[in-house]
Amino acid sequence: MLGIVRQKMLGQSLLKIRPAISVLRSYSSAAKQMTVREALNSALDEEMSADPKVFLMGEEVGEYQGAYKISKGLLEKYGPERVLDTPITEAGFAGIGVGAAYYGLKPVVEFMTFNFSMQAIDHIINSAAKSNYMSAGQMSVPIVFRGPNGAAAGVGAQHSQCYASWYASCPGLKVLSPYSSEDARGLLKAAIRDPDPVVFLENELLYGESFPVSDEVLDSSFCLPIGKAKIERKGKDVTITHGVGAEICASVVEESFAYLDAPVERIAGADVPMPYAANLERMAVPQVEDIVRAAKRACYRAVPLAAAA
Amino acid sequence: MALSHLGASASRSSSLLKPLSSALSLRRPISGDNSPLTVETSVPFTSHQCEAPSRSVETNPKELLTFFRDMALMRRMEIAADSLYKAKLIRGFCHLYDGQEAVAVGMEAAITKKDCIITAYRDHCTFVSRGGTLLEVFAELMGRQAGCSKGKGGSMHFYKKDSNFYGGHGIVGAQVPLGCGLAFAQKYSKDETVTFALYGDGAANQGQLFEALNISALWDLPAILVCENNHYGMGTAEWRAAKSPAYYKRGDYVPGLKVDGMDALAVKQACKFAKEHALKNGPIILEMDTYRYHGHSMSDPGSTYRTRDEISGVRQERDPIERIRKLILSHDLATEKELKDVEKEVRKEVDDAIAQAKESPMPEPSELFTNVYAKGLGVESFGADRKEVRATLP
Repeated sequence: MLGIVRQKMLGQSLLKIRPAISVLRSYSSAAKQMTVREALNSALDEEMSADPKVFLMGEEVGEYQGAYKISKGLLEKYGPERVLDTPITEAGFAGIGVGAAYYGLKPVVEFMTFNFSMQAIDHIINSAAKSNYMSAGQMSVPIVFRGPNGAAAGVGAQHSQCYASWYASCPGLKVLSPYSSEDARGLLKAAIRDPDPVVFLENELLYGESFPVSDEVLDSSFCLPIGKAKIERKGKDVTITHGVGAEICASVVEESFAYLDAPVERIAGADVPMPYAANLERMAVPQVEDIVRAAKRACYRAVPLAAAA
Repeated sequence: MALSHLGASASRSSSLLKPLSSALSLRRPISGDNSPLTVETSVPFTSHQCEAPSRSVETNPKELLTFFRDMALMRRMEIAADSLYKAKLIRGFCHLYDGQEAVAVGMEAAITKKDCIITAYRDHCTFVSRGGTLLEVFAELMGRQAGCSKGKGGSMHFYKKDSNFYGGHGIVGAQVPLGCGLAFAQKYSKDETVTFALYGDGAANQGQLFEALNISALWDLPAILVCENNHYGMGTAEWRAAKSPAYYKRGDYVPGLKVDGMDALAVKQACKFAKEHALKNGPIILEMDTYRYHGHSMSDPGSTYRTRDEISGVRQERDPIERIRKLILSHDLATEKELKDVEKEVRKEVDDAIAQAKESPMPEPSELFTNVYAKGLGVESFGADRKEVRATLP
């Protein structure tokens, strides 16, 4: 999931690969803290307020206030016609969501976790992702599929799968995976406004995490551009990215081989179904020490590989 | 609501108990005997597309005492799991079955270990009724080597293949087509056995259930679909999720039976009836009217979508263990003290198993890579850092 690339030059050399990368955003005198949960809740609230075509559908999103409380207060505010509790039937309600999007509404379909999206994956890909193409532009599908993705804590093999690479390899889908509260807020708003199907991958472990947010982020018009990377921290020795590691590695090698001082490496989930036991679970997901180790490997590779052999 | 109706009938039925054996005054040994006893179920069965079995159930003192002991054990086990979860010795998800014990126990009494059972994630008690030990339960819940899945599965993934218990499934509804597949294999192998595929009222609306049921009916598979209707799919009451919550009728062309799932004898009778039916005529649906005292899982208080009065009402009127206790006492099969002693024994068994489970170590790191395949063909597999952790799959 993480790609590690050694660079000779300043972090700006990354800009040469992707000239469209936006300029570094800095926090203004950020006073307020916001959890990812609050960020998502406020984004949903504001977008539903701004556009009556936006509605939310999923298991326990209404009366229960959301399985992870992301949709807290929304049923009370917008009523049962715009916040809908569904039966436990993902194939059915995802299909219904896509149909509503065909007609011009803007559904936000929540999967309690993306593991359950597999029941609906035919609709996500065949009914949503491909429609604009197959219809030569007549049928755009302004839908957002969102929910927690990937590893949680001790939930076992059937509840810990990461679907980033699955969905990211489907043309027609936009796949987002926000990290901070600012990312979550800006990208969810952008996703809801986007005319194409967006798969919005959250993470349960991040919901309770707090991040500083500036006034700009708190404004209801705040939106982040989809498809642009953000430089969280500039540096000059090694580049660490997050995402679908294999794809990043391949792209960097294909486009920027001459810039590399070391092979591109990836730190990713282990090639096993997620075990339940705490010690095994820890070994199955990237840890900080794995990233540090790989970064050091990239940096210490001062001699060409051929000489080291 | 259906609950209050059944509550009234329960008190009525105690007057309908008519034991056959005459020597009531003789104190029988606590281990009981096999002399036949006939007991009426709390309510008659309601049927769909078939003739309901009689509400007179044949049993015997030994069976009733076994029911009591087994259900008391399960109850104690689940309560203990609640404490372990709060002590953070159990992680992730934990879905408890207390209140629903009669379904596991009644079903087991009607079948053999050659019949198959498959269920969803509320599986601890079903595992035990299939012969799983308390140590295997607690060790698995705590992620230790002595667990039934060696600590790699967790609460939702208990299995016992040697007793034909096929798990233990986390995806709502998925176990139903799987169960029909087991039935297919049983018929294919001419085993004269059946499969019970259990699911909840939340799963009852899943499309895959109807697809599998259609095929099972077409091919006359010995599949028995058992809806454990505890009236709530997580936080959603049945009437909010199903246009028709008469789950025993939802099979349309497939016959069904509605059963008081809090009455172990009714469950036994229904499962016996269903097994005979399935072997001759293909699939049948059993709807067990039951109730869970806990919330959906340990992260759900269970009181935001139902009232505390409702929960305590069911506990008072319909508790499966209390029903059997009253039956045993009214038939003079044991004294109150003897039953309390059983509960004490069971509590000690549970405590001992927990202590033993705590001694069991966590899995070895090498276990990360075992059982990915049954036959790994020597391929390489990697940990999070490919250069640091790798293994060859045997």
